[in-house]
Amino acid sequence: MRYRIRKDDSCISCLRCVRECSFGAITAESGKALAFHHDKCTDCQRCVSFCPAGAIYITEDENRFRKNAVFSDDEIKEILLQAETGGVLLSSMGASGKNVPIYFDKMLLNASQVTNPSIDPLREPMETAVFLGRRPEKAERDISGRIIDNLPPHLELRTPVMFSAMSYGAISLNVHKALAAAAEKLGTYWNTGEGGLHESLYPYKKNTIVQVASGRFGVHETYLNTAAAIEIKIGQGAKPGIGGHLTGRKIIGDVSKTRMVPEGLDAISPAPHHDIYSIEDLAQLVMSIKEVTGHRKPVIVKVAAVHNIAPIASGIARSGADIISIDGYRGGTGAAPKRIRDNVGIPIELAIASVDQRLREERIRDRVSVIASGGIRNSSDAVKAIALGADAVSIGTAALCALGCHICASCHTGRCAWGLATQDPELTKRLDTEKGAERLVNLVNAWTREIKEIMGGMGINSIEALRGNRMALCGIDLNAKELEILGIRYAGE
Amino acid sequence: MRIIDNGNEEIRRPEDEEITVKRCLGERYVGCGMKNGTLHVEGIPGNALASYLDGGTVYVDGNAQDAAADTMNAGLLAIKGSAGDALAYGMRGGRVYVLGDAGYRAGVHMKAYEDKKSILVIGGRAGSFLGEYLAGGIIIVLGLGNEGRDITGYFCGNGMYAGTIYLRTEKQPLNLSDKLIKRNVDENEKENILCPIIKDFASVFSIPVERCLEGGFIAIEADKSKTYSQLYAAV
Repeated sequence: MRYRIRKDDSCISCLRCVRECSFGAITAESGKALAFHHDKCTDCQRCVSFCPAGAIYITEDENRFRKNAVFSDDEIKEILLQAETGGVLLSSMGASGKNVPIYFDKMLLNASQVTNPSIDPLREPMETAVFLGRRPEKAERDISGRIIDNLPPHLELRTPVMFSAMSYGAISLNVHKALAAAAEKLGTYWNTGEGGLHESLYPYKKNTIVQVASGRFGVHETYLNTAAAIEIKIGQGAKPGIGGHLTGRKIIGDVSKTRMVPEGLDAISPAPHHDIYSIEDLAQLVMSIKEVTGHRKPVIVKVAAVHNIAPIASGIARSGADIISIDGYRGGTGAAPKRIRDNVGIPIELAIASVDQRLREERIRDRVSVIASGGIRNSSDAVKAIALGADAVSIGTAALCALGCHICASCHTGRCAWGLATQDPELTKRLDTEKGAERLVNLVNAWTREIKEIMGGMGINSIEALRGNRMALCGIDLNAKELEILGIRYAGE
Repeated sequence: MRIIDNGNEEIRRPEDEEITVKRCLGERYVGCGMKNGTLHVEGIPGNALASYLDGGTVYVDGNAQDAAADTMNAGLLAIKGSAGDALAYGMRGGRVYVLGDAGYRAGVHMKAYEDKKSILVIGGRAGSFLGEYLAGGIIIVLGLGNEGRDITGYFCGNGMYAGTIYLRTEKQPLNLSDKLIKRNVDENEKENILCPIIKDFASVFSIPVERCLEGGFIAIEADKSKTYSQLYAAV
């Protein structure tokens, strides 16, 4: 038991909490008296948010195991669970490694004073558009001197914030609809994840990135051509090196149809793509996707940030891919083994800095664009990621929060009380797609305004000029090695 | 004879009903994403032949290289020679017939869905890792001319959770996983499931069907009592 549910005298016994709780933690006995089943509570805050009287409190359970310097409460509980079940611990959302630094919090941004005046984004134009894809190596002109359009296919974003890959199956169709509609309105992109693209979302193709993962679920010629770009998913930050497993329980109705997996059958994504054992094989998959889409769409390769991320990125850049998407240690997931989630991978800040540095050194930075994701919480994280060398960032958890998620990390149970990470029709209808899209648009618009303000303060008037501009950052509470990898100087230096 | 620049674009054009590619020598992505019509390939195509094949028929009179029929959705790919590694990876529907041998990792993560049922028939032998992660569909290895020998390599069917692998042999496959069940195929199953597929296979290559059906078959399937879900304990 982790949480304790309480109510005070202001409770009006309306039983709203009973109807809202999808985990069976609050029930009504004989139709009236509330019964709290503390052990089932996930602290999702649904009941608290909906209690009209403000009478419910969820607190950490004060009964703790005896304090121990080595074995924490959670450690002991997990041992007990495994001793009982013999199971691999399954968790969701991002890593909970408490001792892994969040480098975004250890970097501060610059601002102009006296020299190089700052810019007021309310008065002066500020460019937040970003183009993702390969840059032509040189400008070519025809015989009469006119520039020849030799720009390879690319994505055009009105703001450097996109939505991360989250599959239909892990999240509901309503979430996909909200993301797609928001992406269209914002002039950015949403990503299907590996669960296929529901036919009702085909009209959003101009703002859709479709994913090809090792399971190849729902992947066919029409799917590949109903997208602005195709992403080959090699790995994700929450579970690098691990495949996926959507339980048969979630493969019902349209999920089954969209994934093209029979109802009730598990959907296993093998850990590697078994047709990719080398960069040459990756190049072949990139090219076969380009062939099937008539060389009209950029191809993204998504990898998790791991130890040798710089040479890996160099290999991807040479594979013919147009965009590299790097997902860091704190990236979220609908389900992942807990030990993997919390112990594998490296923070996105270090990965982006080392990849950008390496690609520049090898003079291939212009061959690819770089998308950073994995724990981007706000606009300043986005600005810092871009200053470290990313072209754009991608948000998953933050987008879900805009739709109601309170990060209770129970996605893997399929009982999401906010109607996001579930396929139960009674729960999925809790998300109003139009309202949801509006909230996503609000969020990204607010971030875009803040990005403009931050850039303006630094005297920078375009994302292009911010990208890889490490002078815009300084470090605090970092050692020399960390500063070296991040490519920044210490505050005051 | 026409010489064309962008062959695949031409192959995918629906009005071209029958196309022959002559003197093929290692060109990759031949027939990639083709939806209908018939494509004859004379010679030896390169990697990723007929990947994302979405309908129509591709005949190859020579060998095929790696990653043929990758993520195939529908249609027929018939290879008169042998196929390389990673044949029919993630295939969901249609038929892949190889008269000769197949390399490593053939039929990995093949699937089936509603009217789509992927069928892979290998006339000769298959390398290691055949049908790993099989999620549906049928794989048949006939081992023609290899009677009495092992017709599959190591790790046959590892991690498979649906679908069936049929082998025309009496021998137990090498190091078969304990999460798989091996059983002998009875006459009824042979008649109703294997016969129609193998007859079609034999007629595509004009070979006598009797030889392909000679002797007993074994079937390998996932042990449903040992599923992936049992591995986990939710925190």
